[in-house]
Amino acid sequence: MSEAIKLHYDVDGRDFTRAGEASGKIKKTLKDIGFPPEIIRNTAIAVYEAEINLVIHAGGGEIDVEIAPDYVEVVLTDHGPGIENVELAMQEGYSTAPDQVRALGFGAGMGLPNIKKYTDEMKIDTVLGKGTVMTLKIYVK
Amino acid sequence: MNVKNLIDEFSLEVLCCGELAEEKQITGGYCGDLLSWVMSKAKEGDCWLTVMGNVNSVGVAVLADVACILLTENAVFDDDALTRAKQNGVIVLRSKESAFDLGAKIAKLI
Repeated sequence: MSEAIKLHYDVDGRDFTRAGEASGKIKKTLKDIGFPPEIIRNTAIAVYEAEINLVIHAGGGEIDVEIAPDYVEVVLTDHGPGIENVELAMQEGYSTAPDQVRALGFGAGMGLPNIKKYTDEMKIDTVLGKGTVMTLKIYVK
Repeated sequence: MNVKNLIDEFSLEVLCCGELAEEKQITGGYCGDLLSWVMSKAKEGDCWLTVMGNVNSVGVAVLADVACILLTENAVFDDDALTRAKQNGVIVLRSKESAFDLGAKIAKLI
């Protein structure tokens, strides 16, 4: 693998049953390339959390992935309401997810903390009323 | 212990992918219903005890590489979840016992 592989996914904000498809495909691609299992697992968990966030909070969005020999970069873009207080959202247990989402097992307030835990770099650019761009990077050590 | 041993030991109901039970090894266990929590804490090869039987729990099982989903207290496993489990080869089992009771027994065997 000499050149970076680029992948793009559209995430449907209305369809909870399809949430997780993009992360599943990314996981499979990384497996096919032969990345170390830990990198695959960490990337898949981080992207799944972020993908679920797109569905719960932002009405969907887009995921762009760049896979290079020594890193995986994932950029998630949405045009949702933005994150009012990023510092608060990063705290374990803090959640603004509605009750119907909690009934499905989400909304534990672990999404963003999990993403941080499983990535080497996590950057959030958010504008209230405009949307959020989250950039994640995982290095192959 | 493999998943087949687990099914036989506790007379578990098999909801999906029982044909994979012999080859899947159980190396640990995890109990929990909050999916982010499970994703973060469950380990590869764990037997995951939960009452959460929806399509998202199947997604979490795939990502976390657990050995199987074991629904406790006869929890419902919906049709969308079954379809997704079949597509991804996720073993799904069910018991009428609680996670506490069943988990305590399984822990002695691992």
